[in-house]
Amino acid sequence: MWQALFGDPVRAFGVVSLILLLALAIAPAKEHFSQWHGYQRKYLALIRDRGDAISLHRRFEPGIHQIWLPELGVVDRCTTCHLGLKEASLSDVTQQPFRKHPVVPHSLDAFGCVICHGGQGQATTVAEAHHSERAGEDPILPTRYIESGCGQCHQNALPGTPQLNLGRTMLTRYGCVHCHAITRPDGSKVVATDHPPSLAHIADKTTREWIFSWLKDPQAYAASTTMPNYKLSDADASAISAYLVSNSSPKDGDTVAADAKPAANADPAAGPSLYGESFCASCHAVQNAAGNLVGGDLGPELTRIGNKAKPEWLAAWLENPRVYDSATPMPHYRFTPSQITTLVGFLEAKSDSDYGSGVHLDAASPQQIAHGRRLIVELGCAACHEINGVQKPENFAPDLSTIGSKPLAQIVFLAGMDHSLPSYIAAKIRQPRAFGSSVKMPQFTLTAAQTDALTTALLALTARGRSMPDNLRVAAIPETNYQPAGPAGKLITELACFSCHRFNGRGGEMAPDLSWEGSSVQRQWLTDFLHNPNTLRPSLIRRMPRFNLSDGDNKELTDYLLAVYQSPAIDPDLASVATNSAEVVEHGRQLFYSKYDCQACHIVDAKADKGYIGPTLTQVGSRLTPGWIYAWLKNPQALRPGTTEPNQNLDDEDARALTAFLISLKGSGVRGAK
Amino acid sequence: MITRLTAHATFRDSAAVTLLSLALLAGCKHSAPPSAGLKATALGTALVESSGGHQVGATGTALKDPLVVQVNNDDQGAAVPGALIEFHGPAGVGFDPSAVLTDSSGQATTSITFGSSAGRYQIEATTPGKTKSVSLVIIETALDYQGRVGAILADQYCNRCHDPESSPERVSNYDNLEVKPHPFTEGNTLNKMSDADLTSIILHGGPALNRSALMPPYGNTLSSSDVKALIAYMRAVSDPPYQPPGTVYARK
Repeated sequence: MWQALFGDPVRAFGVVSLILLLALAIAPAKEHFSQWHGYQRKYLALIRDRGDAISLHRRFEPGIHQIWLPELGVVDRCTTCHLGLKEASLSDVTQQPFRKHPVVPHSLDAFGCVICHGGQGQATTVAEAHHSERAGEDPILPTRYIESGCGQCHQNALPGTPQLNLGRTMLTRYGCVHCHAITRPDGSKVVATDHPPSLAHIADKTTREWIFSWLKDPQAYAASTTMPNYKLSDADASAISAYLVSNSSPKDGDTVAADAKPAANADPAAGPSLYGESFCASCHAVQNAAGNLVGGDLGPELTRIGNKAKPEWLAAWLENPRVYDSATPMPHYRFTPSQITTLVGFLEAKSDSDYGSGVHLDAASPQQIAHGRRLIVELGCAACHEINGVQKPENFAPDLSTIGSKPLAQIVFLAGMDHSLPSYIAAKIRQPRAFGSSVKMPQFTLTAAQTDALTTALLALTARGRSMPDNLRVAAIPETNYQPAGPAGKLITELACFSCHRFNGRGGEMAPDLSWEGSSVQRQWLTDFLHNPNTLRPSLIRRMPRFNLSDGDNKELTDYLLAVYQSPAIDPDLASVATNSAEVVEHGRQLFYSKYDCQACHIVDAKADKGYIGPTLTQVGSRLTPGWIYAWLKNPQALRPGTTEPNQNLDDEDARALTAFLISLKGSGVRGAK
Repeated sequence: MITRLTAHATFRDSAAVTLLSLALLAGCKHSAPPSAGLKATALGTALVESSGGHQVGATGTALKDPLVVQVNNDDQGAAVPGALIEFHGPAGVGFDPSAVLTDSSGQATTSITFGSSAGRYQIEATTPGKTKSVSLVIIETALDYQGRVGAILADQYCNRCHDPESSPERVSNYDNLEVKPHPFTEGNTLNKMSDADLTSIILHGGPALNRSALMPPYGNTLSSSDVKALIAYMRAVSDPPYQPPGTVYARK
């Protein structure tokens, strides 16, 4: 064969030329048969028969495409195959890789692809770009966690990322950050917003038997609790309860003599009606007969409170919760002794005779107590709860600041598990102990949507997010540490106003922001409202409770709210509008009913109008200041961002006339009639 | 050298054969019915939806409520327990489980996870049936980012009037209005309105198109991208579905 091919110099030359030619053909052939080239041919076939084929074809460029953004570290060749991303007319194409990209706030050319989607941008084959599992490389992010991409730069809550926002709220509300430290790219720490109770005086509050049952299965006591299940054995739960009770120190005034049994002649409806009037349900939930939770989630669920709380502790707590826990979000209601007796009787009756009935614990031995302490240290109970004799551990669990970039090579996957970071994180949240019996992380009770949200929030904590240029970072808005001063400040703390209301960037979201309340309302209305808070919106379930404020306390609070919480944008001199002529008021009425159709949302005439959306305005002239009404009409969102009422761009004359009409609505004269 | 080459070729061939058979196996595995291992104990003749249809969710995520369908026996109209139901959908959609036997009340439940493309998903539930297989088509809608932003804005500014459904937390204002607003799902009316009409009614209120002033102007409250998102949401949830007008080109 050798002789046949190369025996003759001419023939040898021919054969060598042929080999050379073939060798030269390898490079173009390799390109011709490459995967991306095939996709570009398919794309051309796809657009060939479309109506706008010519313009689509004009925008098509053959060859490798690349988005190169050196300051972001992006070298993305995804657009080599994903050719229809920017073609609006391809919105009906469902075949990948030619689908149009959904509308998002950022330009694809400015950010590339991998920043949000993960995967390997430099690769030009599907396998390498989407599914690479090599060390340091991560497969493409499943769409269900896509919001994590936004969270790398946006540390604040975005309106379009509900899943990420929920996940971030859960990181702080479910106590994750008590054990796991999380530092944001700007160096600020994620801080917990829950309030795990101190266990330093636990024996005043409850029994060792209850603690045992609770530790065994917290959700059996209260389905809505965020306390996780540590899957403790009977012996371990018994030992921990023994330690907690034996190391609990009594505290002055956190128990008072109380009788859980209501007096024989007591009105059986008094308890439920006081519970309702005090709007306990704004914060506390109770399971109804159908098994649904009714009420808020700011405070603990009270379905079986009678099984837990000792009556003498509950009475002291209702009298002044700040004696037992100085930082509690619960207000000091100033209940009268008879009200306390009624409420204690009502709450203690909320018990389940089956709960914990089989629990009989022998007296604790010193060995048991010592074992309990060992377990408390080992499980990190003191990371959340204050416990006598046990220090709060530092860095108890792994730091999660860059968990979203954890290399796959460092992960031990379970058998049958998808080898990707999202599936590892989700599985770890769902069933931590499946990863080995030595794993200390407890079992949380979460819905599938909550697990997805937490996974999304954790996946957002990437190394890339930390190396982003500063101008792209949007910082989280931190809670201020605003604290009102003086006797009124003390009252605001005692009444726990911050639990529901926001003042100057600190406080809850349940009730209106009061930072400008002083510009908004009239003195007499505020005084009356603090005495007896009649709701402005009867359809709301969560409402302001009634506190038994003394006249002095009421005046102190009213003075402070009116003097301090003033908006610089409100013109106090507009008060003169109140003395407007009848014609102007009538003109305002016509504008209200005809030009602007305000009755679509508001009620002015309780008989004729039906609007449910805005507050009832029958007595608005005795409630709001003219300056506030005028400024509100001119631009509602400037005073309360996100409020439903649109900015109608009123001219000054219309706004004045409407203000004059509204301020003339003084109501029937009987204050609080509605 | 030659023998080596041959050996190499043989090795490659055998590798190719192995790959081919693996691919075949994989193909077989893929085409195996999801009902493998489930044995129906009864057959029904009709399929009805109990709950979970017509939901709106986000691409890539699971729907809030599971889909529940019921197998009935046509003769007496009674529920049939133990009948096999298989769920199918467009590429990318996931079912947990994708095949299930009906429970004692004749119902089968599955949770649906959308794929990554937005739009209307036709979900098909099938049961073998006594004579021929019976199927039921259920529509679910997946929103992309823009549609989701629109849904959030609609909830904040529009639904109190435009959605006639009330919840205990939020009472609808629909019944109180003299001129009834159009629910966003009302495709028969809204599909006839162009994007430009919808934009101007949102920006300038009802009077812009000679309609009721009960619809106030949102032009100073919403940004132009907000309005686009709202319209995208209305188009996505419209029933019957919205067909974009599209540009008319001469066919080649």
